[in-house]
Amino acid sequence: MAGTLNFAPDDRYNAFITTCREAPFGDGALAGVAVAVKDNISTAGIQTTCGSRILEGYIPPYDAHVVELLRGAGAAIVGKTNMDEFGMGSTTETSAFGPTRNPVDRERVPGGSSGGSAAAVAAGLVPMALGTDTGGSIRCPAAFCGIVGLKPTYGRVSRYGLIAYATSLEQIGPMARTVEDVSRLMSVIARYDPRDSTMLDRPYDHQPSADITGLRVGVPEEYFGEGVDERVARTVRDAIGVLEDLGASPVQVSIPGMRYALAAYYVISTGEASSNLARFDGVRYGPAVDTRKTWHEAYRELRHANLGAEVRRRIMLGTFALSAGYAGRYYTKAQVARGNIRQDFERAFRDVDVIAGPTMPTVAFRFGEKNDPLSLYLADILTAPANLAGIPAISVPCGRVEGLPVGLQVMGRRFEDERVIDAAYAYEQEVRA
Amino acid sequence: MITENDIEHIAELADIGISKDEVPEFTIQFNAILEYFAVLDTVEGEGVPDAGPTNVFREDEPRPSLPQEAVLANAGSTEDGFIKAPRVM
Amino acid sequence: MKTIIGLEVHVQLSTATKLFCGCSTDYQDDGPNTHCCPVCLGLPGALPRLNKKAVEYGLRVAKALDMTVLEESEFARKNYFYPDLAKGYQITQHDRPLAVEGTLEIEDDEGHEKVVRITRVHLEEDPGRLVHVTGGANYSLVDYNRSGIPLLEIVTEPDLRSPQEARRFLNKLRTVLEYLGVFDGDREGGLRVDANISLEGSERVEVKNISSYKGVEKALTFEVTRQKNLLRRGLAVTRETRHFMEGRGITTSARGKEEEHDYRYFPDPDLRPLRVAGWVAGIDLPELPTARKNRFMEQYGLSLDHARTLTGDPRLADFYEEVAPIDPGLAATWVADILLGELNYRDMGITAVPPERIAELLALLRAGTITDKAGVQVLREMLDACAAGRPCERPAMIVEREGLIRAAGDEFTSLVQAVIAANPQAVEDYLSGKEGALNFLVGQVMKETRGRADPREVRRIVSQSIKMGEV
Repeated sequence: MAGTLNFAPDDRYNAFITTCREAPFGDGALAGVAVAVKDNISTAGIQTTCGSRILEGYIPPYDAHVVELLRGAGAAIVGKTNMDEFGMGSTTETSAFGPTRNPVDRERVPGGSSGGSAAAVAAGLVPMALGTDTGGSIRCPAAFCGIVGLKPTYGRVSRYGLIAYATSLEQIGPMARTVEDVSRLMSVIARYDPRDSTMLDRPYDHQPSADITGLRVGVPEEYFGEGVDERVARTVRDAIGVLEDLGASPVQVSIPGMRYALAAYYVISTGEASSNLARFDGVRYGPAVDTRKTWHEAYRELRHANLGAEVRRRIMLGTFALSAGYAGRYYTKAQVARGNIRQDFERAFRDVDVIAGPTMPTVAFRFGEKNDPLSLYLADILTAPANLAGIPAISVPCGRVEGLPVGLQVMGRRFEDERVIDAAYAYEQEVRA
Repeated sequence: MITENDIEHIAELADIGISKDEVPEFTIQFNAILEYFAVLDTVEGEGVPDAGPTNVFREDEPRPSLPQEAVLANAGSTEDGFIKAPRVM
Repeated sequence: MKTIIGLEVHVQLSTATKLFCGCSTDYQDDGPNTHCCPVCLGLPGALPRLNKKAVEYGLRVAKALDMTVLEESEFARKNYFYPDLAKGYQITQHDRPLAVEGTLEIEDDEGHEKVVRITRVHLEEDPGRLVHVTGGANYSLVDYNRSGIPLLEIVTEPDLRSPQEARRFLNKLRTVLEYLGVFDGDREGGLRVDANISLEGSERVEVKNISSYKGVEKALTFEVTRQKNLLRRGLAVTRETRHFMEGRGITTSARGKEEEHDYRYFPDPDLRPLRVAGWVAGIDLPELPTARKNRFMEQYGLSLDHARTLTGDPRLADFYEEVAPIDPGLAATWVADILLGELNYRDMGITAVPPERIAELLALLRAGTITDKAGVQVLREMLDACAAGRPCERPAMIVEREGLIRAAGDEFTSLVQAVIAANPQAVEDYLSGKEGALNFLVGQVMKETRGRADPREVRRIVSQSIKMGEV
């Protein structure tokens, strides 16, 4: 039963960059469901900007794999959501198309970089949205806006059509108001795609189960240390208490490699980004490069005019970290640290089945509150480790501090996204009851 | 310590385009970030081999290419089917 | 003064599709930007997928050159910015290439066998093609058809000692690659060379942009002269990169930018590592040029020269073996010495000639049905037809139509008698010892037979007839 959905939202939070007023839909598991897609995911015939001027007006000639799957499931793709430019940020403040506001409190950031998708869901404009998570970009806005967001195991969802920021770290993931809807959306998008050579064939077909008796829940001391807001920590501990009431057993664990996590994350992600963003030269797409000038002059001018300061800063950092004379000190060391962190998690998962803690060290901050890059980077401290290790991680709302949402983060073994969903589901169902 | 000169050199290496007035601020920010990165100097070990899949291939079978119009559609300017680009010296 | 040369050869592998996408490699006759897809165009979000056949071809080469295939190899990104480089990086292999440490034997300048060491071979993608437009508006035009074509880079140690040796090495390498079926020598731009050259004790110069075998010899000869001249004038050779200008036969200094490239190589996170050392044992190599040359000498009794010529191109060698059963020695002479020349003259390749036709021609020659001279005429007529796109006529038909059947003994015995009778002065001159008179008489007979007769036989009969007549 195909049709067209009329979509004319009251987008007071600036969640969307592009809306599809008349969105076609078809038959299938998501027949007629309005789904918003983050604007770094390619949609054929629909402008795809990555929140950047350098892709303003770019109309992809092809659909990302996940978009093909959405269409095949009958979903109505109603718009492309706002984001930090190229995914580089945790507040959606760096978008070239204006910031998105947090529906819970307009004066506060929605988190990032999938802030548009989170706001669209939180504001009830759409029931589901796709986001992407490189260092926390699904989980952070999910936590700040009070919704559910899952970063799948690396290699479980195809990156074909995802405009790359940090290749080895990022995944497309589902965002919705309930765990069940996140799981539903995950069932549609987690299908093998031979076009992505980093994928494994591990489709997701799971009905969430609230039975977590015997589940061993690791509680890492590093997730409750200094830098984490007291009240946030307390709220999350209470949430873990609920899991315990449901039959789970909390166990103290440690991830010693955490102290290197953020540095490793930023070296690797900026290194890969400096390479991934080199293709935006205004020749084949994007605002036209000036063909009257010489190549390097024109290329630099284009990038200066169309890439924001944060993006250029990260490209420079990445270039530096990979450059001759410094690659050994930064890039190589970061990869070693990454391997160690992956091993830390594997070791911990011998004693526990999931690991729980806060998603973010604080609740949503005000616009402009974090105005120096480094302090913003530090906000990723609790989310980035899961990207480094390639493990699944979900954020589910677990209470409020001063009226602002707090996220409970649950992480699992690679390819045990189902177990992570179940833990979140069990918690959610219990507190709803 | 990275100097403003270093920042300009890195910008050139990256072909990124920063303006003169951006240099001082970038330099300060860069240094703060690099100071944070210095923790990596104490990382131990040789690295863990990546145990992911190997030998991921595609068969040598032709697939349809994009029609020329699609290739040229997003380009700034074209000429006789070619895409225009600034000249290299 | 010793010349030290090393080569970096880039060959386009003859796979059906590009290295990382399914676009067909057969773009030579098509318009620009007609063999592109999101992957080779570097569209945002597109991802590479490795062509298995390209890896197999690379391993074939590695095995033929006796190389060690790495247990695990990987792809790396080489980062630089250029309009023909769609992604702003080239996917290549850096720290862990496909194979290392091999050898290829060639002849040195004295004709002795010499081993050239091969440092490494690795796979990488070709960038697009830049066309520079001048005169008024100065800009470049880009065609991405070539973007993503699979290249095998073959690097030698600096073991070559002269421009001639370098050319011979390239020819041998090209032949081996053709034998392996991984390279199409007819493909324009299919082979490109960068050369490193120094005179012993001096700095090394890199010469880029050489795209033909002759070009290599020209470029390096120019460089040797240029460098020797500098040293003679008491100047030092600058370590630099130079470009070869094929048209003018010179090398010029590349602008400074070329020198300082920091490519910031790192393993490409979009691709997984290769573990293919175990495939080598299962690769069946075809008979390689040197082995085939030796077999031709032994099996067909050919001279080194003939064997070398005939095995220089695998298709030519195949052709020869199809027609050799008629008479190996005759076939060798006719194919190597005569047919090749006629083909070159008409800009034709050996594949344009059906072997059956040459076999038939050889049979006619061997049976004595036609003379050598007639054979050449038949060959030329037949090739002229082939070249013009008409079917290659059967030699027997041409012989029939042109009446080229060798003049039988009695037919021209009467001719000889007629000529002798008509030239009494010449006969007398011959009898009094003037050999030239005999030539004259033979020439007269040949004219009458329109080349159908064998000149040696005519000569014999004329002189015999005269002597008999005398008696």
